[in-house]
Amino acid sequence: MSGGGEGRTPIITFDHVTKVYSLPAGDVVALNDVSMDVLPGEFIAVMGPSGSGKSTMLNLIGCLDVPTSGKVFIKGHDIRTMADTDLTRLRRDHIGFVFQQFNLLPLLNVVENVEFPLILKCGRKECGLKAYEVIRAVGLEEGLDTHTPSELSGGQQQRVAIARALVNDPDIIICDEPTGNLDSKSGATIMEVLASMNQRGKTIIVVTHDPKIAAFARRTLELLDGRIV
Amino acid sequence: MIFFEFAKRNIRLHWLRSLLAVIGITIGVVAITSMGILGNSLVLSISNTLTSVGDTIVITPHTSFQNFGGGSSTSGISERDVEQIRRSSGSNAVIPVYAGGDRIAIGRDVGAATIYGLDPKDIPLLLEVVNGTYIRSSSGVMVGSRIAEEFNLKLGSQITIGSDDATAVRVVGILKERGVGFDINPDFGIIASDQWFSERYGVSSYDQVIVKVKNLDEIDRVKSAIEEKLNRRETTVNVLDTRAILEGILSAFNQIKIFTTAIGGISLIVAGVSIFNVMMMSVTERTKEIGVIRSIGTQKSEVLKMFLDEAIILGLIGSLVGGVLSFAGGYAVSQIMLQTTEYLFVPSSLINILYGMLFGVVTSLLSGIYPAWKAANLNPIEALRHE
Ligand SMILES: Nc1ncnc2c1ncn2[C@@H]1O[C@H](COP(=O)(O)OP(=O)(O)OP(=O)(O)O)[C@@H](O)[C@H]1O
Ligand SMILES: [Mg+2]
Repeated sequence: MSGGGEGRTPIITFDHVTKVYSLPAGDVVALNDVSMDVLPGEFIAVMGPSGSGKSTMLNLIGCLDVPTSGKVFIKGHDIRTMADTDLTRLRRDHIGFVFQQFNLLPLLNVVENVEFPLILKCGRKECGLKAYEVIRAVGLEEGLDTHTPSELSGGQQQRVAIARALVNDPDIIICDEPTGNLDSKSGATIMEVLASMNQRGKTIIVVTHDPKIAAFARRTLELLDGRIV
Repeated sequence: MIFFEFAKRNIRLHWLRSLLAVIGITIGVVAITSMGILGNSLVLSISNTLTSVGDTIVITPHTSFQNFGGGSSTSGISERDVEQIRRSSGSNAVIPVYAGGDRIAIGRDVGAATIYGLDPKDIPLLLEVVNGTYIRSSSGVMVGSRIAEEFNLKLGSQITIGSDDATAVRVVGILKERGVGFDINPDFGIIASDQWFSERYGVSSYDQVIVKVKNLDEIDRVKSAIEEKLNRRETTVNVLDTRAILEGILSAFNQIKIFTTAIGGISLIVAGVSIFNVMMMSVTERTKEIGVIRSIGTQKSEVLKMFLDEAIILGLIGSLVGGVLSFAGGYAVSQIMLQTTEYLFVPSSLINILYGMLFGVVTSLLSGIYPAWKAANLNPIEALRHE
């Protein structure tokens, strides 16, 4: 399965979504009446200047936050009506997160980091995909499995992070500037890994400032002042 | 169990401050437990000693400053007073006692002993013989178990009593060990007949009268009857009953115990604060990590558990070490202060170890609740942005 064919039910729907942060100095409108659909298997790049609302949009897709008004549907669920427990479960089972700062758990080694979501999901390591298989699939050399994150290069850490995002076999992978802390060469390899995951049917959304990175995607959303342009 | 593993690794990573928190808990547990053990052992040893004198009323002469210079008339309890006491006591046994101290010599060994003069008829009511017989006439004496041990006295041994006009007596019986009592302390004493005592020392008034009350409920009645008879015009005797004395001592001990337990409680509170502190530091330092695990699908309750685990591990280690230490400490203190550890190995003493450890764990758990709750309820987005 590949590509986002027309006529399929969207996996992500934004319906007139507005997100307002109330600050003492006044309200900040981070997203302003955004409507969009994302079909299963799409590879989307989100671009825009700093402060345009890219991370805010990603947080809503990742069920880490709820809109101030409007509706966000993830896999058909209206996230504003869901309890925290259900949102957490949705993140765990259907969404993979890749961060700019890699965000691996320093107390755990490579394999343990990748196994962590598996254990969250089924209480033990043996379920769904095998941690080792996923680690190989993102192209991390075998000798590094028992290393701690601090012993790895940025590119290696980001591969581990992608493996961790993939291990529960999610439908959506969201990446907030995944190559922001990498040189252009390892950035490109990371994007190749993501593209190959997209080949296998994952819906991928990448926030980036870099047009070369955005070129890997098949659709680009431009945000400006909280609106899609 | 991954959360338990997490907690373990975090403790290992920050071993120094974890160690300090553990030491705090250990001190608290040891304080509470050893005070409990010591208090209980004291109470047990005292009550053990006192049960042998049971329900006894002890009447001693009342000495006041006026009487001191006033000659010999009021220095004891006269035969007439004893008669009054007998009448007030009904069918209960009334045992008048002569008592005095004197030098003694056994062969070359010299020393001092308390010497009691008792009517041979009364002796079986008060004392038990383990070896030999009760005295029947004025010729023999019985000796307490400790003095027998000290001077290596056997049946038939001869004791010389007094230094100037010494008299020799022969041991006919050795008494069972009795412990400290409020009436007489025969373990280090020599028991002679009243006749021998009054002839030897030329006294006719008694130093003490013991009333053995058969029925517990009668104590107060008998006591007030005696007081009414003898102390009507002026106080001539003090009337004490052992039950009241026992209760007084136990309540004093209980107060000490409350005090020491309070000290233990305070150290546990201090330990709790230190665990709280360690946990809050842990939460602050790991805010970003919490944001990460929350965003990749860890439930609030699981984060809560992870931090509570940490507090429980600290508490358990501290309590276990504290339990072991307080057992060892209780052993040492009992040995030193009570010369015996028999009161340590009874359930009512050992339960204190369990209580102490329970307090330790509960304190740690309580101090961990707020930090853990805080960690669990962090906003994942803000936690992720935390540096
Ligand atoms: N937690 C928050 N509280 C208050 N205001 C916020 C918060 N998060 C974001 N904002 C504001 O919302 C707006 C959009 O922020 P957002 O992080 O989505 O931008 P961005 O496009 O990701 O920018 P960047 O490229 O710098 O990461 C900004 O003006 C920002 O200040
Ligand atoms: Mg951003």
